[in-house]
Amino acid sequence: MSTQLSPELEAIRQQVEIYAQEYELDYFPVIFEVLDWNQINMVAAYGGFPNRYPHWRFGMEYEQLSKSYAYGLSKIYEMVINNDPSYAYLLHSNAEVDQKLVMAHVYGHSDFFKNNIYFGHTNRKMMDEMANHKTRVKKMIDKFGMEAVEDFIDVALSLENLIDTHAPGIRRHRDEREDYSVNGAELPTVQRLKSKDYMDKFINPKDFLDQQQKRLEDERQQKKNFPENPERDVLLFLIDHAPMERWQRDILEMIREEAYYFVPQMQTKIMNEGWASYWHSTIMTQRALKASEFIDYADHHSGTLASHPGRLNPYKIGIELFRDIEDRWNKGKFGKDYDDCDDMVEQKRWNKNLGLGRKKIFEVRKVHSDLTFIDTYLTEEFCREHKLFTFGYNNAKQNYEIASREFRAIKAKLLDSLTNRGQPFISVTNANYQNRGELYLIHQHQGVDLRPDYAQETLKNLHLVWKRPVAIETKVDGGDKILYYDGKTYQELAKEREV
Amino acid sequence: MRGRIKKELRKFISNGELIGKQGKDLISIPLPQIDIPHFTFGSRQKGGVGQGQGDVGDPLGADPDEGERKAGSLPGEHLLEVDISLEDLAEILGEELELPRIEPKGQATIVHSRTKYSSLRRTGPDSLVHRKRTYKEALKRQLLAGTYKAERPIIIPIREDRRYRSWKEEKKPEFNAVVIYMMDVSGSMGQEQKEIVRIESFWIDTWLRSQYDGLETRYIIHDAVAREVDQETFYHTRESGGTIISSAYKLAMKIIDEEYDPNEWNIYAFHFSDGDNWSSNDTQECLNLLSNEMLPEVNLFCYGQVESEYGSGQFLRDLNERFEDKEEKVLSSRIEGKEKIFDSIKVFLGKGK
Repeated sequence: MSTQLSPELEAIRQQVEIYAQEYELDYFPVIFEVLDWNQINMVAAYGGFPNRYPHWRFGMEYEQLSKSYAYGLSKIYEMVINNDPSYAYLLHSNAEVDQKLVMAHVYGHSDFFKNNIYFGHTNRKMMDEMANHKTRVKKMIDKFGMEAVEDFIDVALSLENLIDTHAPGIRRHRDEREDYSVNGAELPTVQRLKSKDYMDKFINPKDFLDQQQKRLEDERQQKKNFPENPERDVLLFLIDHAPMERWQRDILEMIREEAYYFVPQMQTKIMNEGWASYWHSTIMTQRALKASEFIDYADHHSGTLASHPGRLNPYKIGIELFRDIEDRWNKGKFGKDYDDCDDMVEQKRWNKNLGLGRKKIFEVRKVHSDLTFIDTYLTEEFCREHKLFTFGYNNAKQNYEIASREFRAIKAKLLDSLTNRGQPFISVTNANYQNRGELYLIHQHQGVDLRPDYAQETLKNLHLVWKRPVAIETKVDGGDKILYYDGKTYQELAKEREV
Repeated sequence: MRGRIKKELRKFISNGELIGKQGKDLISIPLPQIDIPHFTFGSRQKGGVGQGQGDVGDPLGADPDEGERKAGSLPGEHLLEVDISLEDLAEILGEELELPRIEPKGQATIVHSRTKYSSLRRTGPDSLVHRKRTYKEALKRQLLAGTYKAERPIIIPIREDRRYRSWKEEKKPEFNAVVIYMMDVSGSMGQEQKEIVRIESFWIDTWLRSQYDGLETRYIIHDAVAREVDQETFYHTRESGGTIISSAYKLAMKIIDEEYDPNEWNIYAFHFSDGDNWSSNDTQECLNLLSNEMLPEVNLFCYGQVESEYGSGQFLRDLNERFEDKEEKVLSSRIEGKEKIFDSIKVFLGKGK
């Protein structure tokens, strides 16, 4: 089956693209491919890249996608890849109106990929890069065997989230190592015993002094931490310092590169989907829809944005926030005057007819990630209108229940889940723990424990790479603990003292 | 996927869940969706943000993990069912267990023929017209005759062009095998012990079926007396009473003598017990029965001893004393728990007979 657009679809595509240009969307060229459900499941299992290294996880993903499609539980309408050109996959069996909607949606995504600064560092030729990775891994498999390579990929994937999310955006001054030992003043010296001049060489023999001096320097050297500053990019640290075969290092590098590539998609899930939904709805309702397609469009659109009780749909929150921002900036509902106004009725009627909305949302889509987006634009009115709440686990009742409807609690919870992509903060602080070359990580505990069974398995994987005992400092049920794995046994030790 | 199944096989085997999910040719393996472990947050303390009606304190109907997953933070745990054919499974089992193939034994001259519609004839009933071939023939004839016109490609088959599907006989040598499972159901065998036997028999069955066409299974349960039962009963009875093992062996011999000629049948006998026989006299009788009557006729006699808190386990010792290292048709293993099932199968089927 040809995956090209049929002439009818191509005509629709051209039309949609013209609309997208009219709205001044700025996107990469988009290559559409039409796939049947089986093909689209295959591509989706590979995360959208038809050429990726072989790994059982993709097979599992595929089984799951095709099963849940077969049972009617899920359906992938569309997929789009952050690449220049962007690749977008359409489901062959979609109705014409659906294809139209999906194309508008895709142009929205592509615009977002191209303009949002968090995507700035991503490789826009990732399609090619992924295919390169595939070739490299296949060569390794030929050389070292499927089992060995796949097992190591398992290990690497287990550590893939230990990267420094913000590293692409800021400079960490890695190379400006301060080395005090060069400055003589900092060097420790041996205390000489008091003595008369003629007795000095007997009381303070030179051999002994030198020996003591050396011991002091050695001790100092050992005390020095390595790495000197906590390293958030644990993967990089391992690549640089762990004893590995070359091919293993190569795999870690690939996994790390792919992890960094996918980071912005996690960082901007709400915005990205919100933006694309905003544009498909705008383009469809204002331009592209024919009267006869209206019902189908409304059905599909509401399906995408449906929010189930107790769940948060990123499409829904995203599009509503963008609309809210547009409305506020159109009416001038921002700034000191508006905030200082105590009269709710007046606030509600506030309208200065500024018409800045469209301009504002284009700016927002450029400079924000989900975290800053929610932080800046989530308002109390918005929470109330959209019936947001926080939930928590009630240990007494053994279920989840609504915890609060208070604005600040909601915002805090939401920001919490978005901070560091919802991943724990973990860094390497000492690669010579107990002076035995053991690896010591610290988890900055912020109220939520690590999942214990996973932590144990991950430590074992870390050990496979580091090849010496590994430890992570964290909290378990409020107590400071060190999880420790030495290659044979896993232990949960109480943290006794500063190391 | 295959690799993964292989890795997790040991787990599947010790997990009784599998049995009963067996379809005709396919078996569904419930694979827990295997997550790659990460340093990640435990979910319970975490909570999150949702949207919808309700007052503070209202329980949430659905597990909100689902919704959270959409927001891209938590992995969900889902059972993933993988369909795999019994043959593949047995093959993986073979790889994993390092089982050498059991060679077909018996009368290779017994030939079973079966018909398959895989050939063509020029005559036949209209219902069996092979349209594609008929069309081809007609096209060929028209091309040769020069009546085919590219601008007006109409093909009209005449009587001689017609081709009909027809059968062919395929001859296949057939090997027969019978597996006789014997289980001690005396008072000392608890549910857990029977569960172990059940799981182990299932896997042995799976493996043997992949090796032999027309595998027959017979089930014998015994306490102080033995009787033959169907599969359902074999797996579900709970009886009580004493234990006279020889009764089961006698019955097994009776079945073999009457129905299964060892020249034509591969005969496998499996006996599971907690090893607590009624008297040492009976044990002697059992051993004599085995060496004089049963062993000459069977391919393999396997004895699996399940640990139970009441059993003395004496039978295994007596058996080993008599046969160990002397008779390679006798294999015994001690099954201490579910996790040992795998090793036990390895003992039983690790040697090709």
